Amino acid sequence: MKIAFTTKGKDWDSMMDPRFGRTEFFLIYNEENEELSIYDNRAIENEAHGAGPKTAQELFALNPDILITGNGPGGNAATVLEKAGVIIYIGAGQMTVKEALEAYRNNKLEKF
Amino acid sequence: MKIAIASGKGGTGKTTISTNLASCLSESEPVILVDLDVEEPNSGLFIRGKLLDEYLQYKMIPEWEKKTCTLCGECQEVCNYNAIIQLGQTIMVFPELCHSCFACSELCPADALPMVQKEIGWIRTYQLNQLNFIESRLHIGEEQSTQLIAQTNSFVRDNYNQDMPVIFDAPPGTSCPVIEATKHVDFVILVTEPTPFGVHDLKLAVDTMRELNKPFGVVVNRFGIGNNEVFEYCENEKIQILAKFPNSREVAELYSRGELIYDKIPEFKNELMNLWNKVKKELHN
Repeated sequence: MKIAFTTKGKDWDSMMDPRFGRTEFFLIYNEENEELSIYDNRAIENEAHGAGPKTAQELFALNPDILITGNGPGGNAATVLEKAGVIIYIGAGQMTVKEALEAYRNNKLEKF
Repeated sequence: MKIAIASGKGGTGKTTISTNLASCLSESEPVILVDLDVEEPNSGLFIRGKLLDEYLQYKMIPEWEKKTCTLCGECQEVCNYNAIIQLGQTIMVFPELCHSCFACSELCPADALPMVQKEIGWIRTYQLNQLNFIESRLHIGEEQSTQLIAQTNSFVRDNYNQDMPVIFDAPPGTSCPVIEATKHVDFVILVTEPTPFGVHDLKLAVDTMRELNKPFGVVVNRFGIGNNEVFEYCENEKIQILAKFPNSREVAELYSRGELIYDKIPEFKNELMNLWNKVKKELHN
């Protein structure tokens, strides 16, 4: 499974970014080989409109199975993510990435 | 003579001034009142005219034709609003984000994105004696209020004699919808209240009007609450205060019942007429 996190930083101790469309980074954790990769999404700051679908498209290219985030995507982004078949868990906005993974594994996160 | 009633802050009294001014003037001459606050038009709560007509309003959006599409991605490259997204073998269109610029449709090498109509709201016309009231309303879920405002302005220009006073009740704020609602008028009345929030947002509205090179003046509503800051600001900036309407429980009660005020409180009517005379004088200068 590939798990994507919306984050404010680049490692396990970083805080999650509760926003989806304007998240600063995605951390992608590959459970098979335990590799963690970083996607810098900060160019989204320059987008005045449609940050949600744009970020969803970027995430689609990273091909995760699961997305763990905070507030949950808005309507347009959710449409793209549904089409992409990504399973979304929300409510991890105030956690570190490590805590968010723990919460997900312990079924503490809400499915979107 | 085209006047817009605007504000930075919401809830300062745009609609109170617009509806009372238009209604009061219409006792002696034909007047047009246009509610351009299309996301939540409320002039109609105070003006109960006879409904004459309804005109559905549309915007143009691209519609993807899968069969002819070559998946080249040009459409999503040119869209400034991320309203069109390529996802693998699919092109997704987000109609609410679309600004109807036609770029994707025109530049599509396969002609796979013809533009089609999408209903976004309506314009209704009402008549109450000499008052022509035009109300424009965006459908729930639609985002492009600016476009409906522009269409309403064209509707008024094309269908009414512009020699009579035209009063536009503008949306709050200082972004695109306000600019669309005010850019074509001769004068803007900025309604504020003497509170820190009121002054803060008034400054933004003043900056906007100066950027647009629009003549404007300020009306202080609910005078007596808050502090003196708005008067100091206007004096320093050499902005004319056109009128002051005192804070009054009686006005608030009439408003809350959906009633007009000028015909019940003579002092309110006097101040309204002072305001109108000053605006006319400004326009003749």
